[in-house]
Amino acid sequence: MNALTLPTRHDEAFRYSDIEALARVWPVAAEAVHVGAGESATRHVVLTGDAVAARDYVITIAAGGTCTVHILNAGTAFNRVSLDVTLHDAAHFELGGVMIGGDSSEGIGATLEIVTTIMHLEPNATSNQVVRSVVGGHGTCNFLGSINVARDAQKTDAAQSVKAMLLSRTATANAVPQLEIFTDDVKCAHGCAVGELDATALFYLQSRGLPPHEAQALLLEAFVADVFAGADAEAELQSAARDALGRLS
Amino acid sequence: MLKIESLHASVGDTEILKGLSLSINAGEIHAIMGPNGAGKSTLSYVLSGKPGYEVTAGSATFNGQDLLDLAPHERAAAGLFLGFQYPVEIPGVSNVQFLREALNAQRKHRGEEPLSGGAFLKIARAQADAMGMDMDMLKRAVNVGFSGGEKKRNEMVQMGIIDPALAILDETDSGLDIDALRIVGEGINRIMRKPDKAVLLITHYQRLLDYVQPDFVHILADGRIVKTGGPELAHELEREGYKELVA
Repeated sequence: MNALTLPTRHDEAFRYSDIEALARVWPVAAEAVHVGAGESATRHVVLTGDAVAARDYVITIAAGGTCTVHILNAGTAFNRVSLDVTLHDAAHFELGGVMIGGDSSEGIGATLEIVTTIMHLEPNATSNQVVRSVVGGHGTCNFLGSINVARDAQKTDAAQSVKAMLLSRTATANAVPQLEIFTDDVKCAHGCAVGELDATALFYLQSRGLPPHEAQALLLEAFVADVFAGADAEAELQSAARDALGRLS
Repeated sequence: MLKIESLHASVGDTEILKGLSLSINAGEIHAIMGPNGAGKSTLSYVLSGKPGYEVTAGSATFNGQDLLDLAPHERAAAGLFLGFQYPVEIPGVSNVQFLREALNAQRKHRGEEPLSGGAFLKIARAQADAMGMDMDMLKRAVNVGFSGGEKKRNEMVQMGIIDPALAILDETDSGLDIDALRIVGEGINRIMRKPDKAVLLITHYQRLLDYVQPDFVHILADGRIVKTGGPELAHELEREGYKELVA
């Protein structure tokens, strides 16, 4: 595909995207991240504004290297973060992603998405992805994650855990895990769940004196908190996530 | 303190409380006993405001305030505490954090200053100690991985910290061994047996009443209180069963 051509929803990675909004920032220049052999690198991305934004990272991790990425995608307009990761021998990739979506400033739903393509090119590499979404109002949160294991990439260990919490009847969460495995000695664990806040837990907290909005915020903070635990920028990420949760009704 | 008059309540299309009346004064401990399905838990949920329970007739006032008009957190701030039959596990939310926020939300509602972290921890530690609960446990996620007995003990620690005027304890004795029963019973007495407080104990069995001596015992059957007496009524029940007494 010509990188300058605006994608359509027929492109798998843009299946649930807001193409009209994307057109406003297209083409998106990819940022290349190269992690050398045995080295480690971290990146964190915080999107919380009201402007359309798209970020694209192409990450290569050389033998024995580690790359850790944390994403807070909580803008009030179309915000997309895509990661294209290639792992060489015994490299490790770690993703902690949180999306907090609701209505845009115009009061209509905004689309947030995280899209990952992980290529286990060589043996012994590991990857772990944890993504949590909280969606209120008319918001939409998408996670599309494909894991590709090349023919000779024996002993690959790839894990993906995706959970979404819907706060309103008009909120949408899409989770699309995709596995393409061309070898036999691999471990690929993936799990997906979309649910609602536990009404019994909400009542329990309220019966102790917490107003409904605070009870809900406490449960939602707990739902996303683990994702950023131990991150380099943990304080910044957690506080931005708390603020974004506070904006949801 | 609490005055319930001819209360009717339904869950869905099923009427469960059918004209229940009960009056509780400060300084009193009341026990409600009754067979399964009589409406005991429904009464506790209706009084604490659990969604899904609809009051169709009658009234409940708490210190002169219309209780049924208040949201659950406002009832808590007014001084009502519900001890859950099945305390809820809440992963990721620590006991101390939640209790401090809850207590300060109540104080704010009443126009009082919030407690500092230090002042709160002092109260929490004293209450945990009194219930023989490790402070580390109080820092863990709410009820997660707690045994049945530990959950009930945690309810009592919460009650001690919140220090309510009226406690409705829904089968606080279920799932407790003899030792835990004694500890929980002593906790109820220590926290709640005061001239300005009152307790409504909901129970199936006489044994909790050996530790927490009630002033009144009521028998609830088919959504109404059918008999009221002193502590001796519980013994009578234990001997003869509900069938005899309710008939």
